[in-house]
Amino acid sequence: MSRRLLPSGDAAVLVECDSLDEVLALHDALAAEPPPGVVELVPAARTILVAVDPDRLPLESAATWIRRVPAEAGARRAGRVASEVVIDVVYDGVDLHETAGTLGVSPEALIAHHKAVEWRVAFIGFAPGFGYLVSDDWPFEVPRLDAPRPRVPAGAVALAGAFAGVYPRQSPGGWRLIGRTDAELWNPAAPSPALLLPGRRVRFREVGSP
Amino acid sequence: MNRITVIEAGPLVLVEDLGRPGLAHVGVAGSGALDRGALALANRLVGNPDGAAGFEILMGGFRARFDDEAWLAVTGAWGPVTVDGRSIAPYTATRAAAGAALEVGPAARGARYLLAVRGGIDEPATLGSRSRDTLSAIGPEPVTAGRVLAIGPPPAASVPLLDREAAFPPPAEVVTLALLPGPRADWFTDAARATLFDDAWRLSGQADRVGARLEGQALERRVPGELASEATVPGSIQVAGDGRPTMLLADRPVTGGYPVIAIISPASLDAVAQLRPGQVVRFRHA
Repeated sequence: MSRRLLPSGDAAVLVECDSLDEVLALHDALAAEPPPGVVELVPAARTILVAVDPDRLPLESAATWIRRVPAEAGARRAGRVASEVVIDVVYDGVDLHETAGTLGVSPEALIAHHKAVEWRVAFIGFAPGFGYLVSDDWPFEVPRLDAPRPRVPAGAVALAGAFAGVYPRQSPGGWRLIGRTDAELWNPAAPSPALLLPGRRVRFREVGSP
Repeated sequence: MNRITVIEAGPLVLVEDLGRPGLAHVGVAGSGALDRGALALANRLVGNPDGAAGFEILMGGFRARFDDEAWLAVTGAWGPVTVDGRSIAPYTATRAAAGAALEVGPAARGARYLLAVRGGIDEPATLGSRSRDTLSAIGPEPVTAGRVLAIGPPPAASVPLLDREAAFPPPAEVVTLALLPGPRADWFTDAARATLFDDAWRLSGQADRVGARLEGQALERRVPGELASEATVPGSIQVAGDGRPTMLLADRPVTGGYPVIAIISPASLDAVAQLRPGQVVRFRHA
């Protein structure tokens, strides 16, 4: 398992792995017994940001710890949230046709794939409640927009890279929009503010225009 | 309980404290006052803990009235600030009598005033903080005219007796910021990395608490292709597909899919809060 340490300011190190599976395994290993002074671990697609309090854990010490933590590739944490979330989607996104064209399939085929596969939340990022969804059965790589849109509406169902996602709130964004949902992805006042949590299974279900 | 009634709010008034660190893994940015040092200092001047909630007032145009006697301090941007029509000094604790009107006029220097009131602004906390996160829409709603906000009980510490703090207005001309290496500096050509430090940049009109775009030459990539989204820290300078750099700030998305070429040193980050659109920015090595 490779771990490349990249600089990320004076209070964090960005650790790069070769695959998402390696990220999940390393994250579990780091989270198991962090030394005092580790503020937070932020997993993403190929990386984990390790944020520290440099007064309690100097960056050099954190780097040594990260390099030495043993991790068995693929040893994922058991007991992740297993319940499946179903999200109703109207597939009328502004980028649907162009995205399908870029991928060399019809819009109908893209929609069929999106509905058919079982997705899994790999990590949360970009915005509160924004789950990055992956599936072993999803064959597409979707390029991001060259420049992000300043405003993407809440509930926009989108694709980027190997991921699917749903914008929980209006925000800027560079993902390609294929549909929309009324599901509430994020409510900070609720006991469980995020609908999508790492490990959760997700399916998309097509509904007609409301 | 003392209260403050907002009569006029100006372009943007937010309640901010020092934010909610440690929640990036669930998608929540640190947020908090953009000029953290200015908020902490304003709080200290009135005897508050550094992290008490105050007002972040963009460019001025703010008027408010206190129910009862209140101690206040204004830091950050410089401009005309009056209590019942009398000018008050920046970076100084001032007592306002019951019913007194505070007016924060148009900023002559800098962009964001920080107003601390002894006792702090007592809005409900969300996820452990009273900060407004403008991207996530978490925390107290932006403050509008007519709002009445509670002021917390006075802290144990008294208003410190200080000689006038040495205080300087934010610079009107070129601002130089120190940069640390970014995780993806090697995705850019040597020429692009040199350009970042050699050129004068201009703050674009697209500048807010989420991020601030810079105008200048496009920065050319050496490594083509897509970057898998990854976590960023405050002050990260990401470069979008069009080659333009953006400084990611307190309310940024916690992960981004554009490579980060450099990171603004924490010691320089407060200065970004006081930049005005069109102002010239230069970078140096930290």
